Amino acid sequence: MTDYQLHEHDVLVIGAGGAGLRAAIEASAMGVKVACVCKSLLGKAHTVMAEGGMAAALANVDDRDNWMVHFTDTMRGGQYLNNWRMAELHAKEAPARVRELEQWGAVFDRTKQGRILQRNFGGHRYPRLAHVGDRTGLEMIRTLQDHGIHRGIDFFMECTTIELLTDGGRVAGAVGYDRERGQFHAWLARAVVIATGGVGKAFKITSNSWEYTGDGQSLAYRVGADLMDMEFVQFHPTGMVWPPSVRGILVTEGVRGEGGRLLNNAGKRFMFDDIPDLYKNQVAKDVEEGWRYVIGDKNANRPPELLTRDHVARCINREVKEGRGSPHGGVFLDIAWIKGRQDANGKAIDSHYIERKLPSMYHQFKQLADIDITAVAMEVGPTTHYIMGGIKVDGDSQMSTTPGLFAAGEAAAGLHGANRLGGNSLSDLIVFGKRAGEYAAKFARDKGAVTLDQNQVQSAIRKALAPLERGASGENPYQVMYDLQATMQDLVGIVRVESEMARAIEEIAKLRKRAAGVGSGGDRTYNPGWHTCVDLENLLTVAESIARCAIERKESRGAQFREDYPAKDAEWGKYNLVTRRNADGSMKVEKAALTPMRDDLKKLVEEYK
Amino acid sequence: MNSIQLRIWRGDDSSGQYHDYKTEVDDGMVVLDAVHKVQAEQAPDLAVRWNCKAGKCGSCSAEVNGMPRLMCMTRLNTLPTDAPITIEPIRAFPRVRDLVTDVSWNFRKKLTIKPFTPRKPDFPDGEFKMQQEDIERVQEHRKCIECFLCQNVCHVLRDHHKHDEFIGPRLLVYSAALELHPADTADRLKSLKDEHGAGYCNITKCCTVVCPEHIKITDNAIIPLKERIVDEYYDPLKVVLRVLGVRR
Ligand SMILES: Cc1cc2nc3c(=O)[nH]c(=O)nc-3n(C[C@H](O)[C@H](O)[C@H](O)COP(=O)(O)OP(=O)(O)OC[C@H]3O[C@@H](n4cnc5c(N)ncnc54)[C@H](O)[C@@H]3O)c2cc1C
Ligand code: SF4
Ligand code: SF4
Ligand code: FES
Repeated sequence: MTDYQLHEHDVLVIGAGGAGLRAAIEASAMGVKVACVCKSLLGKAHTVMAEGGMAAALANVDDRDNWMVHFTDTMRGGQYLNNWRMAELHAKEAPARVRELEQWGAVFDRTKQGRILQRNFGGHRYPRLAHVGDRTGLEMIRTLQDHGIHRGIDFFMECTTIELLTDGGRVAGAVGYDRERGQFHAWLARAVVIATGGVGKAFKITSNSWEYTGDGQSLAYRVGADLMDMEFVQFHPTGMVWPPSVRGILVTEGVRGEGGRLLNNAGKRFMFDDIPDLYKNQVAKDVEEGWRYVIGDKNANRPPELLTRDHVARCINREVKEGRGSPHGGVFLDIAWIKGRQDANGKAIDSHYIERKLPSMYHQFKQLADIDITAVAMEVGPTTHYIMGGIKVDGDSQMSTTPGLFAAGEAAAGLHGANRLGGNSLSDLIVFGKRAGEYAAKFARDKGAVTLDQNQVQSAIRKALAPLERGASGENPYQVMYDLQATMQDLVGIVRVESEMARAIEEIAKLRKRAAGVGSGGDRTYNPGWHTCVDLENLLTVAESIARCAIERKESRGAQFREDYPAKDAEWGKYNLVTRRNADGSMKVEKAALTPMRDDLKKLVEEYK
Repeated sequence: MNSIQLRIWRGDDSSGQYHDYKTEVDDGMVVLDAVHKVQAEQAPDLAVRWNCKAGKCGSCSAEVNGMPRLMCMTRLNTLPTDAPITIEPIRAFPRVRDLVTDVSWNFRKKLTIKPFTPRKPDFPDGEFKMQQEDIERVQEHRKCIECFLCQNVCHVLRDHHKHDEFIGPRLLVYSAALELHPADTADRLKSLKDEHGAGYCNITKCCTVVCPEHIKITDNAIIPLKERIVDEYYDPLKVVLRVLGVRR
């Protein structure tokens, strides 16, 4: 028996990014007792890194915008695999959620009328992203953090949950350890909200931090909840490619939103060459029309750089593969060319303008790459950024297929379908974070108490302690993680083929065996080696799910591009793929038919084609 | 690839010492990369905090060759290579392990500051009417990534350990952002003066120098707060009005 501390709450929220904080705030407002657990310090979750903005049809900048346009943009972006109910709720509720942040102290950039300013982003028909320079995520997380700490929520910082507890068919809390001291904890709760974010650490080149090891998805999977759409991993078209140590770090889409153009090594603006059918009527004819769009001309169409991310990433990939790339294996992203052009107010643009619009990009390149983006082009290439898939949830309540287990934010699936539009994640967090918190609190109030199963707690602890018992003589966990990342990057990346992915599955099986033998020296106090050992199982689970679903879906759609099935297949457009755990512990992937769309929404989709 | 020497402080609150590590580094690497390399290859249990690797989260604060820095934003090629690079935890807070310190005090202290208290919204949909020029200063202060480097260098905390009486530059910036918010209605001046120790700051500006977000902590946050306090509590007319119970 290992000692642990027991905490009892009505609702346990795992994760303190935008989704987790918003869920905790809402649950607490419903009058129940709430705990919120996170792996890092408060305010450091991934949400802090978001740059460009949050999408909401406020119609402050273009009064033609409304929830219907936002809804249809989101569905088109997701290639119609989205949970349409979520896309509808998201489009309708995002404006109120954004304005609520303003009520809680967020300070967005302003329009001339003194209202919240909005900017252009890929796939959004009108300027729609509320933002603060290029540090919108910081504004969101700090606002929620500073509001949330006064709401009577019990925060547990730097604690990692390692297993969910169950009671009968129901979720009953979680087991974890605190990273600072290595003490074990059990949080007994009537409802649990998973808001743990994504899985980027399964790949070598990623914009994601160490936290993104797919914990929430794996924990849910292990108690029998369904995962959905796991094949859809978003490769953001513009990550840094040089210097090597910063490879993958994000270059915000805001650069293209402000007019940045993509060039190959011949200086050609190659994005004009390949416009997908779904967007034929929405792309500028030439450079001049594209620029007019950027500065707010309502009659102009967007430049092709602002097409959806999947498309832009593949075009960049093609340029590089066909030998037209930049010296370090990317392409050029040039914002300096807008100097001398006239901005929306007819003033000539200078370096200072660029620096003011994109301050953190300016500093990021200056400090990390010795490059002045107001003078020379950046080198960029695709980076693993986001997972559209995740825990399958009910659109209204965010409850998973396991009673009492809810999910929100990047950890949940549905809103984005086959591809997410930029800016739709931050708004996702607050819309569905709120809903998850509300419904989890209701569930906790309506259903009876849960009981603690000592055996479950002790077996989770035993499993976590095994690598420390093996000690330094076990295999180095970092090596196993690197090998997994290389496997996923090379075999299940942007361009996929069945044979390679089949090899990935074999590799993952081998890596699982190795993961069972990893060990770490040192003790339980703040020991990253040990933490990495514990995280491996989760990474392997999500990696396997991604690979299996990607093999199963024999078509190209949204973020999934299959070289062996390069076309979209209408038949596949009728299904999501669901990952589930078999009784013997093996993984099963199944087709699940989409719910037919409500007629009024169908009509909208037709109308806004 | 060339090889460098790192001298990393390792230990906990009770004891510790410097350990030397030799490692190979690539073009363009930052200090955090080198630390991670040592962690992956030689010392898996080396404790260090990080998240974003891009200067956005404020997790990786440490003292590099005695200078308070974000490790992820400190390029190795900006440091002399003829001597080992010394990396130590920040000093104003208790040590947990290696480069990780217990910064929870900052989070507890923040709770004692009155949160944002808005006036009624100006538009029926809930938005405030605020012009860009009226919020520039607030936005400057809201850039703070809570790296606590300013807390680390402020002598009032670092040398005089006035953690009970003084909230430090970070939380003065936080207070200033609230006080300067055009839609905020709360009054924090009395608590700033009495519990939060604004008077302890003697404008040495060390905090401003180390701020990775280039927030002009002293000039744009602390001095305006101090001026407001003086106005409110030491202006003879105001004092009379306050005694009579008349508010501004
Ligand atoms: C560089 C970058 C820029 C981006 N820019 C934008 C943008 O401009 N607009 C936009 O809409 N989206 C953007 N995104 C995407 C968006 O930021 C993320 O999808 C979103 O912030 C995820 O929020 P979340 O609340 O779901 O999770 P996170 O904010 O990642 O929070 C996850 C939380 O879960 C905790 N956690 C994880 N595992 C465990 C565990 N086992 N136990 C306990 N706690 C755990 C973590 O500690 C953390 O607190 C960007 C992403 C990146 C990486
Ligand atoms: S200016 Fe004030 S707050 Fe800043 S370091 Fe000096 S004494 Fe501390
Ligand atoms: S004010 Fe600057 S130095 Fe201080 S915590 Fe904030 S970002 Fe760091
Ligand atoms: S890791 Fe985020 S600031 Fe250094």
